[in-house]
Amino acid sequence: MRYAAIEQWSRQQSVLHRRDARAKIGALLAFLIAVSTTAPASRIAFAGYALLLAAAIAAARLPFPALVRRAALVLPVAAGFALVLWFSDERARAVALLEKSFLSAVATLLLVATTPMPELLRALEILHLPRLLVLVIHFLYRYLFVISGQARRMRLAASSRGRLQFRSAAGALAVLFARSWERASGIYRAMLARGFSGQFPALAPPRWRAADAAFFIAAVLASVAVRVAL
Amino acid sequence: MPVIRVRGLRYRYPDGAQALDGVDFDLEPGECVAVLGANGSGKTTFVLHLNGLLEGEGSIEICGLGLKKQNLAQIRSKIGLVFQDSDEQLFMPTLLEDVAFGPMNLGMPREQAVARAQKALELVGMGALLHKAPYHLSSGEKRRAAIAGVLAMEPEILVLDEPTTSLDPPGQRELADLLRALPQAKLLVTHDVFFARALASRAVFFDRGRIAAEGTVEEIVARFNWTQR
Amino acid sequence: MHIPDGFLSAPVWGAFDVLALPALGIAARRAQRGLDERNVPLLGVMGAFVFAAQMINFPVGPGTSGHLVGAALLAIALGPAAASVVMTSILAIQALVFQDGGILSLGANIFNMAIAGVLAGYLPYRLLAHAHRASAIFLGGVLSVLVSAAFAFAELAASGVPMPRRLLLLSMGFFLVGALVEGAITLAAVGAMERLNPHWLRAPEQKTSPALRWIAAAALLLAVAGILIASRYPDGIEHLAAPSAPAWLHAPLAGYRVHGIESPWLRRSLAGAAGLILIYGACLFAGRLISRRSA
Repeated sequence: MRYAAIEQWSRQQSVLHRRDARAKIGALLAFLIAVSTTAPASRIAFAGYALLLAAAIAAARLPFPALVRRAALVLPVAAGFALVLWFSDERARAVALLEKSFLSAVATLLLVATTPMPELLRALEILHLPRLLVLVIHFLYRYLFVISGQARRMRLAASSRGRLQFRSAAGALAVLFARSWERASGIYRAMLARGFSGQFPALAPPRWRAADAAFFIAAVLASVAVRVAL
Repeated sequence: MPVIRVRGLRYRYPDGAQALDGVDFDLEPGECVAVLGANGSGKTTFVLHLNGLLEGEGSIEICGLGLKKQNLAQIRSKIGLVFQDSDEQLFMPTLLEDVAFGPMNLGMPREQAVARAQKALELVGMGALLHKAPYHLSSGEKRRAAIAGVLAMEPEILVLDEPTTSLDPPGQRELADLLRALPQAKLLVTHDVFFARALASRAVFFDRGRIAAEGTVEEIVARFNWTQR
Repeated sequence: MHIPDGFLSAPVWGAFDVLALPALGIAARRAQRGLDERNVPLLGVMGAFVFAAQMINFPVGPGTSGHLVGAALLAIALGPAAASVVMTSILAIQALVFQDGGILSLGANIFNMAIAGVLAGYLPYRLLAHAHRASAIFLGGVLSVLVSAAFAFAELAASGVPMPRRLLLLSMGFFLVGALVEGAITLAAVGAMERLNPHWLRAPEQKTSPALRWIAAAALLLAVAGILIASRYPDGIEHLAAPSAPAWLHAPLAGYRVHGIESPWLRRSLAGAAGLILIYGACLFAGRLISRRSA
C-alpha cells in the first residue's frame, strides 16, 4: 500500500517528530500561505522556500529522494495547467504554478511524515474541527487497510476469471459494500460489548512545551522573512 | 452459584429462521467450557445473548444478575466477549487507548483507566507496545491485544469466539498458555478440537439451536465424529 | 478534480475555507442527530469502502474503464449530511496521505465535492425517486460529478487561470462523459445493493417541501450559469460582482495591492471571490426565506 512509507516515517525519532502536532500544523499553514501569496516572478523567494524545506527534511532525518518523489505526484496535474498558462503567454506564472504546487506538496508531506496520524487527529480535535469529523477520519484511516485488502482480493479473484463486465463490477461493488456494512456492525458490537454508551472517551491532551512554541515562531518568521524579503 | 445461568433461551432471526431453540446452560466459576458444533448451529448467536447484544426469550443470569436493561452496563463489565475478528475489536488509535476504552466507559477517571490498561497489556505480554497503532500488529499480537481490552474491565467471565482464527501454530500455543494462566471462567467457541482439548474440562455440542450433548471434549469428539480425519 | 495547492489565488481558497468550515459544522451536527456517536464506525468504514471501491474497474468502451466517485451513492445510502462528513474525511485523507488535493485548497475541494457534489447527487433522488426512481439515481450520479467540476472550473477561473474557450469546452465534454459513467455506475451499484439487502438504502422522504425544489432549481441554474460565464468571458465574474461588492470586502486584503504585486490578476480573483461569496450568501438567504415561509 502506498501509505505504508508515510506510516513508517511518522514513527521515527527526530527534533521535528517530537514537536507538538499543533505547532507543526501552524507552521505548515504559515508556510503554505507564504508560498501561495508569493509573486510568480520572485524566483529567489522560491529558492528560499526550497532551502527551508530542505533544512526541515534534514532535521527530520527523512530520506530526501523518496520524499521528493512522493511529492512529485502533484506534478502531472500541475504540468497540465502550467502548459495552458505557458501558451497563454504567462510564462512566469506557468513556472510559478509548478513551483508552488510542488513546494506545498513537500511541506504537507513533511507534516504527515513527522506526525503519527493519531497525534495529528488529536491536534485537529483540539483545534476545534467538528469532533464527529475527526472520529470519522480516524475510523476511515483505521479501516482503509482492511477494506482495501478485501477489495484487492476481490479484484484478484475477478481478474483470474477474465475481464469484469459492467454488471458484475456493480455486483462486486455491492458485495464490498455488504462486507463493509457487516464490518461496521461488528465494530459497533465490539464497542457495545465493552460498555460503549454513546460517547467516545476523551483522549489525553498532548503537552505543549516551550520548544513547540519556539519551533512554531521560528517557522512562521522564516516563512514571512522569505515572503517579504526575497 | 454458576457465573452463567441460561434457561430456555429461544431466538428467531428477523427473517423467521429459528436460531436458538431452548438452550439451558450453566458455567461454574473458574471452569473452562468448549462450545462445539457445525457452522450455523447457533453457537455465535448464543454467545451474543450473554451480554445482551441479542435479545431472545428465556432467562439469562450473569453472576446472579438478571439480563435486563438496567443491569446491562454491569453485566458487560462482568462478561468479556472477544470476537473472532480482532480488527473489529481494535478500533482506537493506539493500543493503550484501545485497552483503556472499556474502563473509561465504566466511568473510570483517565489515569486509573490507563493504569488498568497498562496492567492488562503487561498481563498479555504486550507492555512494550503501548503506543503502537493496532494496524502495525501481527495477528497473534492483535488477538492478545483484544483479550487485554477485555481483561482491563476485570471481568469474571471470558467468552472467546473462534480465538485461533488466523493464528499460526506458535501463536496458538502462546494463546493457549495465556488463557490457561488466566483465572476467569471461560467459554471457548471453536472448531479447533485440538485447542479445545488443551484447555476445556467440559464441552457442549450445538445442533440446530439446541445443546445436543454435553461431556468431555473427548466424548463429544468421539460421539459426533468431530475430527478432521 | 482535486485542486492542489498553488492553483487557487489567496482570496479564492480563503473564501472557500471560510465557507466550508461552518457548512461542515452543520453537516456534522445533522449527521450526529443529537450527541450520540454510534454512527461513527459506520461512517468511517463507509469512507474506507468508497476509497477501496475505486479499485474496482468498470469497463467503459474498448480499453478504458471508470470507477466510482461515490458522492451520490453515499448520499443515497447514508443521507446527505452523513455523506458530506464521509466525503470530507475522504478528501482530508487524500490530501494528507496521498498528495491528492492541497491543504489550503481543501475548503474549495470540500465545497465542490463533499457539499455541492453530495447535494447535487441527492436532490434528484429526493425529488424524483417516487415517480422515476432509476432516472433519479442516474441523474444524481451525473449531477454530482458535473456540479463538482463546474465549481472547480469556476474557482480556477476566478483565480485567474486562463480558460481558452476551446479547452474549456473540451474538458467540460470530458467531464460530461465522466459524469454519465458515474451515473451509470451509481445506478448499477444501487441496483446490485438492493438485490443483496433492500434495507441498506434510505427511502426518500414522502413529502418534499417547496423550499427544496427551489434550492434544487437555484443550484442547477447556478451551475449552468457558472459554466456559461466561465466559457463566454474569462473575466465574467468580475463584471458580475465588481460593482456590487461592498468596499469592506476589499479592505482586509487591500495590502496585496499596496505592495503592487501582480495586481491585475489578484484584483480579478478578489472580485471573483467576492462574487462567489455574494452568490453563496444570496442562496443561503433565499433558502432560509423560502423554508421559513413554507414552515
